[in-house]
Amino acid sequence: MLDNYGRPLLGGTIKPKIGLSARDYGRSVYELLRGGLDFTKDDENVNSQPVSRWRDRFLFTMEAVQKAENETGERKGHYLNVTAGSMEDVYRRAEFAKELGAPIIMSDFFTMGFTAHTSLSRWCRDNGVLLHCHRAMHAVVHRQRNHGIHWRVLAKWLRMAGGDQLHNGTVVGKLAGDRAATMAINDLLREDFIAADKRRGIYFDQAWASMPAVFPVASGGIHVWHMPELLDIFGIDSVLQFGGGTQGHPGGNRAGATAVRVALEAAVQARSEGRNMITGAPEILATAARQSPELREALELWKETKSDFDGVDRLDPPGARS
Amino acid sequence: MITCLPPLDKAQVATQIKYLLDQSLIPAIEYARKPPRDHYWNMWKLPLFDTQAVADVQAEIGACTTAHPDCFVKLIGYARHRQTRTMSLPVHQS
Repeated sequence: MLDNYGRPLLGGTIKPKIGLSARDYGRSVYELLRGGLDFTKDDENVNSQPVSRWRDRFLFTMEAVQKAENETGERKGHYLNVTAGSMEDVYRRAEFAKELGAPIIMSDFFTMGFTAHTSLSRWCRDNGVLLHCHRAMHAVVHRQRNHGIHWRVLAKWLRMAGGDQLHNGTVVGKLAGDRAATMAINDLLREDFIAADKRRGIYFDQAWASMPAVFPVASGGIHVWHMPELLDIFGIDSVLQFGGGTQGHPGGNRAGATAVRVALEAAVQARSEGRNMITGAPEILATAARQSPELREALELWKETKSDFDGVDRLDPPGARS
Repeated sequence: MITCLPPLDKAQVATQIKYLLDQSLIPAIEYARKPPRDHYWNMWKLPLFDTQAVADVQAEIGACTTAHPDCFVKLIGYARHRQTRTMSLPVHQS
């Protein structure tokens, strides 16, 4: 649908998530897409606030998407969040998004609930609209240590309910999860058969019988320095989302978007050249930055930003608990 | 806008072709005066199904570029089992 192959897709969540008027919000979308992102995104709590009602936001953002498409010749999209108080409202918003030509909408699938989300995913299939799934509220259920449902299970449920993109951990950055477990969940979203492996939290063989796959989305606290490692971890069938990591750029949204796009393309090129994505990362980025003032500035800004703490989502196999 | 990187030189393209062949992908060349808004660029001949040599692919890229100097030319790596392209690389920009 996007005619975009051989590299992960690039996204960015509009920040500040709440507070911009619909018009200014659209400006932010336009600048990011024009700079080189494929997608921008409403955040999970952007629904229809008094400062920016949903209809206004949809109109301004779709104007921004179309303008960026015309100017770059690339296909772009903005995940319009259709999560609402009732299913009737959800459908009303989804219909309006489709009417405006939106290629993709989004739902806070866990907040909406199992049945409601599945209905929306059926609607999306019937109407040729992609569906991005945000996992807001999962932590309440998943990070309970004494009871609850593991994220892995919720992710599998989402694949069955239907969706095109699902937020998973990033392994690096502020929302980092346990690396092996995150990778196992990526497999559960994308592969057709996943063999049991207790160390990764897969307790039985899982066959998917050709059920459509879901793109994992890496999002939260990631920036240009993480790019080569993210490509190594997530591969090309994924969405890498940089919110603050683009919009925090001193040169503005457009420059920030160009910086991550250059970093991504340089990482893909370096991968094919057989370079090491972790130890070689500084050199890969430094080489690309020689031709890109935007990337140079981004590398300078984020060089001190590290999230060195134990991940919050840890695999807790039975017996490992103290 | 096809890419944000500066054009690749000959040696860099060769490295990419080698990776493509090492991954058992099928090389194919496509061109377009203006990148279309749908999926279909013009195909340059047929995909190079049996090619194993970097030089063969380079020669075809050269031939396509010579025939269409005013076009964008890209190199595709097609994964036969997945039935999709997993590499897409601009090799000439007008």
